[in-house]
Amino acid sequence: MNPLPLLQLEGLRYAQGGRTILDIPALEVHEGETLAILGATGAGKSTLLRLMNFLLTPQQGLFRWRGASVPRPVPLSIRRRVAMAFQEPLLFQGTVFQNVAYGLALRGLRGATIQSKVDEMLHLFHIDHLRHRSTRHLSGGEAQRTALARALVIEPELLLLDEPLASLDLPTKEQLAGELKHLLGRRRLTCAYVTHDQEEAVAIADRVAVLENGHLEQLGAPEEIFFHPRTPFVARFVRTGNVLPGVVEHSQEGLAVIRLQERRLEAVSDIPVGRQVWICLRPEDILLSREEKSAPSRDSARNHLAGVITALRPNGPTTQVTLDCGFPLLALITRRSALDLSLAPGDRLVASFKATALHLIEEGDTEKR
Amino acid sequence: MAILWLSLEVSGVAILFSMVVGVPLGVWLGIRRFLGRGLLVTLVNTGMGLPPVVVGLFVFLLLARSGPLGSFELLYTPTAMVIAQVIIATPLVIGVTLAAIQGLDERLRLQILSLGASPLQYFWKLVIEARLSLLAALAAGFGSIISEVGAVMMVGGNLRGETRVMTTAIVLETRQGDFSMAIALSLILLLLALLINWLFTWLQQRRAL
Repeated sequence: MNPLPLLQLEGLRYAQGGRTILDIPALEVHEGETLAILGATGAGKSTLLRLMNFLLTPQQGLFRWRGASVPRPVPLSIRRRVAMAFQEPLLFQGTVFQNVAYGLALRGLRGATIQSKVDEMLHLFHIDHLRHRSTRHLSGGEAQRTALARALVIEPELLLLDEPLASLDLPTKEQLAGELKHLLGRRRLTCAYVTHDQEEAVAIADRVAVLENGHLEQLGAPEEIFFHPRTPFVARFVRTGNVLPGVVEHSQEGLAVIRLQERRLEAVSDIPVGRQVWICLRPEDILLSREEKSAPSRDSARNHLAGVITALRPNGPTTQVTLDCGFPLLALITRRSALDLSLAPGDRLVASFKATALHLIEEGDTEKR
Repeated sequence: MAILWLSLEVSGVAILFSMVVGVPLGVWLGIRRFLGRGLLVTLVNTGMGLPPVVVGLFVFLLLARSGPLGSFELLYTPTAMVIAQVIIATPLVIGVTLAAIQGLDERLRLQILSLGASPLQYFWKLVIEARLSLLAALAAGFGSIISEVGAVMMVGGNLRGETRVMTTAIVLETRQGDFSMAIALSLILLLLALLINWLFTWLQQRRAL
């Protein structure tokens, strides 16, 4: 990886109508990486992308391109290193070929050069046969392929994609996501990819930035975001399932005892005694059994909670079980296990999980972890 | 025939000027946000309904011998008529262009810029994308001036062989009681309007396919 990031944002603040839309102290996009920008609707994702495309001017902040600060107004030569594709294809009037060729024509390329570059791109996106078709007569998938080809054909140093698959039906979306990932990897393209879909982010990204209300909540590798969320928001956003408030009651040799209402849980952590924490536990890390464990457990799991089933929600090959343990606890088991155990609402179960399955977030101290 | 030709010439030149001035201004008003823009848009909208006789009076005073541009001796010439018609048609062209540009998806505009368009390329692409609506601007502007009588009468003077156009000729023939001539000229004017609108509609619909 090049030591100098392709694009650096420093002290970025963007407001509209007196309301701060984005406030990001620092963010970098490295050469060759795909950075997913993940967040709910209204988090500021698209605004961030438009700022990175120099389509908006921030009230504060500095942009660096390969280390050199980007002047304002942004010169065309720098603007032309970036290209964006939006959620909607936003195709121009004319044919597929004319659309894909547009960016090349803007750059003064002519005739045979345009022809060969466009041909290659149409081929990559499997739309060769549509080259002379009017953009009015394309399906959603075909139109989005055309839009992506139009952005990619100019070989931008930074490609910005604003939820490019969000308006597609599921099969088309999955197919195009796979092709896009393949293409980004093969061409070593640098890409910032906005999405609200965490699965899409994991599938495509090298790093994930989670935005919430214009703030960067967390930035890291997908595994880090998913297994070590830094804030309760991130934990909930990546569907951690169980994000519960507790207090560290005891701590010794890296093993902490957390009080959660009247229950005690053990977790691997060095957070000091007395601190308020958020306990994160993924539903798939919970083991459910019917036996009552009045005696000390004989398995390696450090935590055993008795509870009553309040809800069962089958979802494809899995079943989500909601237990009342004094607080609601979500567990995920296979549908077959649910059938084997003949689970029904009102049944008493024991939820077991290892101390290492718990991830703790110290309240009010998101910087530390 | 000379009257018909002069009508076409005066209004043709006037609409050309109006488009050259009005389209860029309309695009500019459509894409820029600045202090006082609202006032400008209000002025344009008011201008779209400008009474032609008021324009005629204004241009008359401007070009009259004692007026600020009197020394050019343009009063009662086709040039004066063109000036009056440009003033009438330009706000219409600006207004329709503005509406057309604002009618484009804002993200389409961002898309053009994000693909690396220079300001001039951006302007041109917007015009191309809004061209069907701009044809409407052309039709509306041309229609308003070819059929206009008050202003051309005041600043042209309806001089036979010099500034007499279809509309002023119809007024004259009616006043003189030669109704059959007035009706004949009216029919020709109507036919002309029909032909031109048919041409614009054909162009518009052909491209819309």
